[in-house]
Amino acid sequence: MTVEERPEAAYRPTPPPAWKPRTDPAPLLPDAEPYRLLGTDAAAGADPQLLLRLYAELVRGRRYNTQATALTKQGRLAVYPSSTGQEACEVAAALALEERDWLFPSYRDTLAAVARGLDPVQALTLLRGDWHTGYDPHEHRIAPLCTPLATQLPHAVGLAHAARLKGDDVVALAMVGDGGTSEGDFHEALNFAAVWQAPVVFLVQNNGFAISVPLAKQTAAPSLAHKAVGYGMPGRLVDGNDAAAVHEVLTEAVGRARRGEGPTLIEAVTYRMDAHTNADDATRYRADGEAEAWREHDPIRLMERELTVRGLLDEDTVRAAAEAAETMAAQLRKRMNADPVLDPMDLFAHVYAEQTSQLREQAAQLRAELDAESGEGTHSAEGGAR
Amino acid sequence: MSTATARQAKPATMAQALQRAMRDAMAEDPSVHVMGEDVGTLGGVFRVTDGLAKEFGEDRCTDTPLAEAGILGTAVGMAMYGLRPVVEMQFDAFAYPAFEQLISHVARMRNRTRGAMPLPITVRVPYGGGIGGVEHHSDSSEAYYMATPGLHVVTPATVEDAYGLLRAAIASDDPVVFLEPKRLYWSKSDWSPEAPAAVEPIGRAVVRRQGRSATLITYGPSVPVCLEAAEAAQAEGWDLEVVDLRSLVPFDDETVCASVRRTGRAVVVHESTGFGGPGGEIAARVTERCFHHLEAPVLRVAGFDIPYPPPMLERHHLPGVDRVLDAVARLQWEAES
Repeated sequence: MTVEERPEAAYRPTPPPAWKPRTDPAPLLPDAEPYRLLGTDAAAGADPQLLLRLYAELVRGRRYNTQATALTKQGRLAVYPSSTGQEACEVAAALALEERDWLFPSYRDTLAAVARGLDPVQALTLLRGDWHTGYDPHEHRIAPLCTPLATQLPHAVGLAHAARLKGDDVVALAMVGDGGTSEGDFHEALNFAAVWQAPVVFLVQNNGFAISVPLAKQTAAPSLAHKAVGYGMPGRLVDGNDAAAVHEVLTEAVGRARRGEGPTLIEAVTYRMDAHTNADDATRYRADGEAEAWREHDPIRLMERELTVRGLLDEDTVRAAAEAAETMAAQLRKRMNADPVLDPMDLFAHVYAEQTSQLREQAAQLRAELDAESGEGTHSAEGGAR
Repeated sequence: MSTATARQAKPATMAQALQRAMRDAMAEDPSVHVMGEDVGTLGGVFRVTDGLAKEFGEDRCTDTPLAEAGILGTAVGMAMYGLRPVVEMQFDAFAYPAFEQLISHVARMRNRTRGAMPLPITVRVPYGGGIGGVEHHSDSSEAYYMATPGLHVVTPATVEDAYGLLRAAIASDDPVVFLEPKRLYWSKSDWSPEAPAAVEPIGRAVVRRQGRSATLITYGPSVPVCLEAAEAAQAEGWDLEVVDLRSLVPFDDETVCASVRRTGRAVVVHESTGFGGPGGEIAARVTERCFHHLEAPVLRVAGFDIPYPPPMLERHHLPGVDRVLDAVARLQWEAES
């Protein structure tokens, strides 16, 4: 749209140069279609070892999802937000990082944490309910699985920024769902990252629904990847069920970040095959046949077809992947069926570096209650002033 | 006297003491980073961070985008990587967008990770009224912070404490909400910005004025009010003790209760609202611990239970000397028969 100025409008002086476009938006725009690799000519160039590794992790991840879901039915987990159907995003996220990098997962990203090396039982501590975070985040450089939406994204930016200030070439990968992109923290994190040119990669898993609310009611943006342009960072759109494509796009973004070229926003288009959690009824909001259509596009099936076409998938490979997954599941079942040993005094142990006198009093109260319960300490209570 | 000496002999303000606390901490420890809106080039709207960006560079004293949740949220990540962020929230009510980060992450990260990931973050919040600020520039939000386990809540009332307590806050391995009584920013003391200064441990109250007939329990901007009231009360035969809490969390039951046991009477004085305010907690604690020493109920002199009023009316809201003296008079309490 152009406005033609009237010739007599010469009274209107040129404004001082307060505004000029800061950057050309064209290179930041995502492609119109999600990037795909499997089943395309480009897949022929993909590293066979990488494809096989991705395949094994996909199979293991799927088995982890079904086992953890079964554990909720047995009452061993309070809740489990399954990532069945989204395993390609989880696996690719973990494998795109170097050991020194950091992962900032959301509550649904248990698989990414496990694929990065976290003990499968420790990854479920939050969901079992014996503590909030069952692992030391520094051990595998995995931030606590984050329950509030998008609030872990600014943490990722801050950590990446701090690492760069210290001269370490560490990259932070922050994961969030489509619903999380509506939160204020999503916006603030992307803005800070772009302004600071922090070495961060944002991965949005667009799985179609935020519990029950579909993407159309979540955003009016052409795609979630388009949001990147407004912050001055590139947006990439990728098929989230194509593990090889997600891995390639993520690896590229991680490389950019590591080279000091700034953050990237990636939208992986995928589908949540299960309900939000076991407490949710997906039949209330899902169109008939929608999930079935996505089953045709299953991440494991896509990878199997590719490996078969390239002659990389023999019976031994399939059996080895299935057996490894089954062993993991059996161990998970066995370990999760043992009741965790809890020390109630831990309630006071980690609130502050040093307990306040108020907490010391309350700890003494609980100790007395525990002693009374166990029948010990009753004698000392008799001698007390009260 | 040379001009330099004359400048040096000038008494220091609380703002200068806070500034020196950050400067000294930054000089001693390269992991200390100051960040917030306007803290760099401008030196803060109250000039509390004046000169830090020039001295330590923009990487150590950073002008951030205008976004409180983002400021505190990125500070969390920086602390996770071993830095000690000192975050400025500019004005009390501007901190509210950062509440989720504060409550859901800053306060809980140590606990959530069983001590593996402490967050040594100092959140500086200029708070309280009396400066003629328009809406959202004069709130006293301490009760919100006090109600959140995992946070320390500290507020200085003197120039010396401003330095000593801020140094302690920055050195603390736990998050500290550091409430700066903004109307005391320009209060002065003979404290020298150059001479060695003490670091005060967090969690200890101090008796600012000794007395025998009643205890005024107070903190932050109400401390000078209580000291003035104590002087005025002398004429009426009241010898008031003034306890400056300095730290609301942890709470120094020992110093407070020792004073109340000596005097037998107590008034809690603060600007924050009375209903659901800090005074209710303090009065309850004192009553639970000193009931048999009390000659009268523990009274509260607080701000009214209203949204902070517009500047032309704030003098009616803020607890002043007269309101404190009225409460003291009511301490001559006789039980209804």
